Amino acid sequence: MEHPLLTLADIRKSFGGVRALERACLELPRGAITALIGENGAGKSTLVKILSGIHQPDSGEISFDGTAVRIATPQAARALGIGVVHQECLAFDNLSVAENLFVNSQPTKAGLVNWPELRARAKTILRELQADFDGDVPAGRLSIAQKHVMQIARALTHESRVLIFDEPTASLSQRECTELFRIMRALRDSGCALLFISHKFEEIFELADRYAVFRDGVSVSAGRVSDVTSDELISLMVGRPVSQLFPKAEIRPGAELLRVEHLSRDGEFDDVSFGLRAGEIVGLYGLVGAGRTELAQVLFGIHPPTSGAFALAAGTSGLALVPEDRQGQGTVQPFSVAANIALPNLARLAPRGWCNAALESGLAREWIGRLGIKARGPDQPVHQLSGGNQQKVVIAKWLARNPGILILDEPTKGIDVGAKAAVHAVTTEFARAGGAVLMISSDLPEIIGMSDRVLVMRCGKIRGQFTRAQATSESLLRAASDA
Amino acid sequence: MNAARSRISDSARRDLAFAALTLVLFLAVTWAFPGFATPRSVAGLLDDTAILIMLALGQMLVIMARGIDLSVAANLALCGMMAALFNRAWPGAGVAPVLALSLIAGGLLGACNGLLVWKLRLPPIVVTLGTMSIYRGTIYLLSGGEWVNENEMSRDFLAFPRGELLGISALSWISLAVAAAFVFVMQRSKTARDLYAAGGNPEAANYSGIDPGRMQFLAYTTCGAIAGVCGYLWVSRFAVAYTDIALGFELSVIAACLIGGVAISGGAGTAAGVVLGCLFIGIIRSSLPLVGISAFWQMFINGAVILVAVLLSARQRQFKRTILEARA
Repeated sequence: MEHPLLTLADIRKSFGGVRALERACLELPRGAITALIGENGAGKSTLVKILSGIHQPDSGEISFDGTAVRIATPQAARALGIGVVHQECLAFDNLSVAENLFVNSQPTKAGLVNWPELRARAKTILRELQADFDGDVPAGRLSIAQKHVMQIARALTHESRVLIFDEPTASLSQRECTELFRIMRALRDSGCALLFISHKFEEIFELADRYAVFRDGVSVSAGRVSDVTSDELISLMVGRPVSQLFPKAEIRPGAELLRVEHLSRDGEFDDVSFGLRAGEIVGLYGLVGAGRTELAQVLFGIHPPTSGAFALAAGTSGLALVPEDRQGQGTVQPFSVAANIALPNLARLAPRGWCNAALESGLAREWIGRLGIKARGPDQPVHQLSGGNQQKVVIAKWLARNPGILILDEPTKGIDVGAKAAVHAVTTEFARAGGAVLMISSDLPEIIGMSDRVLVMRCGKIRGQFTRAQATSESLLRAASDA
Repeated sequence: MNAARSRISDSARRDLAFAALTLVLFLAVTWAFPGFATPRSVAGLLDDTAILIMLALGQMLVIMARGIDLSVAANLALCGMMAALFNRAWPGAGVAPVLALSLIAGGLLGACNGLLVWKLRLPPIVVTLGTMSIYRGTIYLLSGGEWVNENEMSRDFLAFPRGELLGISALSWISLAVAAAFVFVMQRSKTARDLYAAGGNPEAANYSGIDPGRMQFLAYTTCGAIAGVCGYLWVSRFAVAYTDIALGFELSVIAACLIGGVAISGGAGTAAGVVLGCLFIGIIRSSLPLVGISAFWQMFINGAVILVAVLLSARQRQFKRTILEARA
């Protein structure tokens, strides 16, 4: 049999005593999409950085097309034909798409940039990808999905034969994903080796040919996707079987806590009306850009509504929002766990304007225990925690205020299976104690598994309401995508 | 251990290291010139640095809130001129109204900066570059370009910062009191915590119910009020008021903040670090003539110290990032 295009054998990598990779092996055959699966902290990012020349392995061997190679710098990776499509879109917003494609590799003539050739080549590549944008627009005007396509195009300018996709779908809508997958399949069929990193099993089963599972920096399993089930993959990832992902508790809904009437905000959402009852978890489904986050922001008071009104029932002790972007909006990264949890609670913890360290520390300990936050202690800076634990800190800081209504915006985006289960458990617990939950999520199994009722938004309007019995992947998707 | 302390502990370590470095510098100069460490000379050093310390503490608030105040020296000069003119018009009024006037005037000038940054969302560097010029220009308009000299100032007006207790000037005592208050307030108050949060991550602060723009406004107003009082103290100490006093001093103030470990990107810094930064600059400034180096070198050395300080903290961050990436 022909050898794989890229092989990593026995890669080890430590950072100042912290072991990131240990005996990591990976094979990327030509003309195949290989899914790289693992919890956060399993070593996926380190592996990608080694492949893209940012880090050097401490030991182990990388061979490309049968020859041992060293990927010393990002330039070396590019010269080999390894391209990376990052999760966060790296783009120069002020430069045109064409310029972005050829940053640091502009075609030249007599030492000067050859603009006609640059534009022509950009045009060809964009046409091959069937991109719906032009090479002359500034990159800043592209949507996130379009920027992904631009990154792929950028990789193709170097005639890449290995393409790494680092969670490319994390912030894409369903339709944008479909488009991305079409491009990825076309690249596969043209003989490229693709590495696909994703937390979403549906995507892996839809797209990937092969899988490789990492756990704690070690390769634990690899093979054909058609030979495994998602439950098997999950148990390989976490090292234990996951019997029940969505423990849905039967809670009898109580009185209505929030009433939203004809709420609108220009250009974002329009004429939204619904109610939330005590003990109820209401899922809010929709594609990215449907206006769900904007609705949450208005309910939370970040932006004022243009028209309409909403009211909390008398005696309801406030409304809290766990925002979508936990690093940018949820936490102050250099602050400790305790200082972050204390932040919205300082009025109570520091009634006369003076902080009380012991109170803050005690509060943090309480929530570290209740939510199982993995931290050295209340004093550890939040930026040192994993994504899942940061999310628990954001939830803790709001639950500590004891709100009546909790809005969760993509609460489990990009966090590992264990943390996801913990977030679901705490949400259920909150509802059981008489709270009302509005859960925004693009994760269909999560929405269907957790919600008593699902609202679907499309283009700023609520287009459908489904009971738990009615909500299926098909019905929600259809309502969300005007099919 | 507690929440605030852990956030500060990294910076506390930095402050300790910097304190040791300042002490080494002080001892080295003393070793070469024993006269440098006499109580009189130390008191003089403190007196020379007192105004810088107060201004830098005010500036620290602004920089921490992701702003910058270039108008601080112009504010000082304008308030100093107002104090001098007030004193010339009502020489018998005593010091209290002069202090109140300069405090309020300075606070208002700072609040102007703050409002422009908060409500109109203009870039802080542009706003204060503009007001810097406006405030300086206003001095001309008020004074007609004239000087107010020592013989036009009342005895009280001149005596206040020069009073002595335990061999230390009243000016130094005021500065020490301000510094002590800052150390305490920055560590313990809710408002300071809000400021650290607003500077560290304005968006997350907003999502936690803190208005980052309002924190900037508070920072500018406080910085301005301090500059106003320092205006009176400056004019009284040097016994003269004219348009160009403290010209360019804002750069020394910002330099002291940066040397003292305030992050130019906001959200990080300690009062103790800033005071040390000022003392460090003060020691260099007063030792240069002793060592026989021309005072012209002072700017050069200040600049070099800033670059080294920033380089060191960048290195520190890089080192931490490597460790974090390993965890990720």
